[in-house]
Amino acid sequence: MPLTKEALLDMYRRMLTIRHFEEGLTEFSRQGLVPGTGHVSIGEEAVAVGSCSALGDKDYIISTHRAHGHLLARGADINVILAEVLGKATGCTGGKGGSMHLSDFSRQILGTNGIVGAGINIAGGVALAIKMRKTGQVCLGFFGDGAANRGTFHEGLNLAALWKVPTVFVCTNNQYGLSMPQCKACANLDISARANSYGMPGYRVDGTDVMAVYEAVKSAVDRARKGEGPSLIEAVSYRLRGHSMRMDQVPGGSDYRPKGEVEDWAAEKDPIRIFRQKLTELGYLNDEAAEQINAECKKIFDAAADFALNSPEPEPETAFTWIYAQERVK
Amino acid sequence: MPQRQISYREAVSEAIKEEMARDDRVFLMGEDVGVLGGAFGSTKGIYDVFGGERVLDTPISETAIVGYALGAAMAGMRPIVEIMRVDWMTICMDEIVNQTAKMRYLSGGHPEVALVIRATAEGGIGLGGQHSQSFEAWFAHVPGLKVVMPSTPYDVKGLLKAAIRDPNPVIFLEPGVLYGVSGPVPEEEYVIPLGEAEVKREGKDVTIVAWGTLLPKTLNAAQTLATDGVEVEVVDPRTLRPLDIATIVDSVKKTGKLIVAHEAMKTCGMGAEIVALVQERAFDHLDAPIQRVATPDVIIPVNRSLERLVLPQEETIVETVRSIV
Repeated sequence: MPLTKEALLDMYRRMLTIRHFEEGLTEFSRQGLVPGTGHVSIGEEAVAVGSCSALGDKDYIISTHRAHGHLLARGADINVILAEVLGKATGCTGGKGGSMHLSDFSRQILGTNGIVGAGINIAGGVALAIKMRKTGQVCLGFFGDGAANRGTFHEGLNLAALWKVPTVFVCTNNQYGLSMPQCKACANLDISARANSYGMPGYRVDGTDVMAVYEAVKSAVDRARKGEGPSLIEAVSYRLRGHSMRMDQVPGGSDYRPKGEVEDWAAEKDPIRIFRQKLTELGYLNDEAAEQINAECKKIFDAAADFALNSPEPEPETAFTWIYAQERVK
Repeated sequence: MPQRQISYREAVSEAIKEEMARDDRVFLMGEDVGVLGGAFGSTKGIYDVFGGERVLDTPISETAIVGYALGAAMAGMRPIVEIMRVDWMTICMDEIVNQTAKMRYLSGGHPEVALVIRATAEGGIGLGGQHSQSFEAWFAHVPGLKVVMPSTPYDVKGLLKAAIRDPNPVIFLEPGVLYGVSGPVPEEEYVIPLGEAEVKREGKDVTIVAWGTLLPKTLNAAQTLATDGVEVEVVDPRTLRPLDIATIVDSVKKTGKLIVAHEAMKTCGMGAEIVALVQERAFDHLDAPIQRVATPDVIIPVNRSLERLVLPQEETIVETVRSIV
């Protein structure tokens, strides 16, 4: 069934909200308001929104260190997420996890991860529980091109296919693992081609085309839900910013890319601009409506910023909680 | 009626069977745990009762075994995984240390990560450098984990049942050399709470804290020393994290002397931690320097004589006791 106008405009709103969130966050980082660092996904919004739009309410996601977009695409509370990234008491882990450890259990977002490739097996395990309990859910596991070169990718995909667990593996190929271009990290750039060797279908889609991502993920979700097992989707996009906000602030910290590469991608393959063009062609959006949506999304971020910046710092006592269930660490 | 005697490995299998029957969220996964019944026979018969849906034989994929178990736990299951040897838990250290141990904290206190990771530990059977180690101190170093290492059939059954019911991740280490050892285990159900030491033998002259393979060796040594009139008190912590330091300190206050005996390497072993805790709490009660009996910092050799030479033996304990009483 093709997506309705309302659904498409909602996807556009989500992509723009992610963009405002991460641009605003980058500014907060420059001002020293973000403890540690954070990894923005500017240029990769279509993968987050296309994928999450293909899921049902009860389906799970597991994500990575570059996850703000996944959380917001899945409908997590933007106020809580921003507060967490700023280390505030009102964040999803009370400011103890930060940008790399975001979750929203009410939205079936079981967590993001600071270790590249660690989420692949966890996603498989969530899907194993689904299969054992016959609940008909699906677990979508996000990871990146860097994680695809870890052993967890091999072990996790092999086991998922062997046991036919209801997982959808979504690899956001943003073409860089920190400073390492993908062409220097693997001889075969087609990550989706590996799926065949595990006995699961693999698809390579344009990760800057939100509708293409949606279609691919939707068919993989349907397949998983029918009990036919996992799929691997490689969504080729591009990281328009550096590895992390902090590295972008270090002089020379983002000099590893060929001159003009970022600018060329930004000019030709910005997923939000591409989607806006598409929606305009479909007659769903005009300049006036686009400006209005943009203003609405900016307002959502501004309200979240207001909430997060005015939220309290965590109480000292909280440093000692949640380490074990049922007890406080002495 | 004399009490029923079963082996350590039978006690392991019995505990798992009882807990799987009690709670349908509990399941077992690992290499060779199903049809074969475990490389060391400690899961024998479980597959026959519960079948392939709840007893999952896995490929040789340690990161996937623990990672999947963690994911399943986060979705509400209570997995028991077996990593055949503690030596191979090094392969999945990220899954254990960075993921499982921290998941509850890093998820805002939401999920119960009720997951038991079992492994065979220690040497003594000629399996060499990559199949004979004992890493309990590695895991005891990690907040978020519990570490249990029982030494008798009775203890392993009661503690494994408690570990499976615990809402936290538990590293459960089983000394391979003890699998064939039998002891009394009652037919009726019992559970031993985690974090409680047991005084295995009372004495007034010296306290020896020992676990794993060193526990039976220490009890034998204590018997030998008793014939010389030296009364050894033997404390088995059973759980290394959380450690029941109070029971150890009480014993030291009584005897004034302490030896810690474990098969793991001496340097940075769990013994060092216990020594530090005891001197913080009972310094004024000590009448002699605290001693450690442990494997010197070598790689465990296969050759029987060499292995016997490097692993602490009954006579090592006897000599150490005689050096301080």
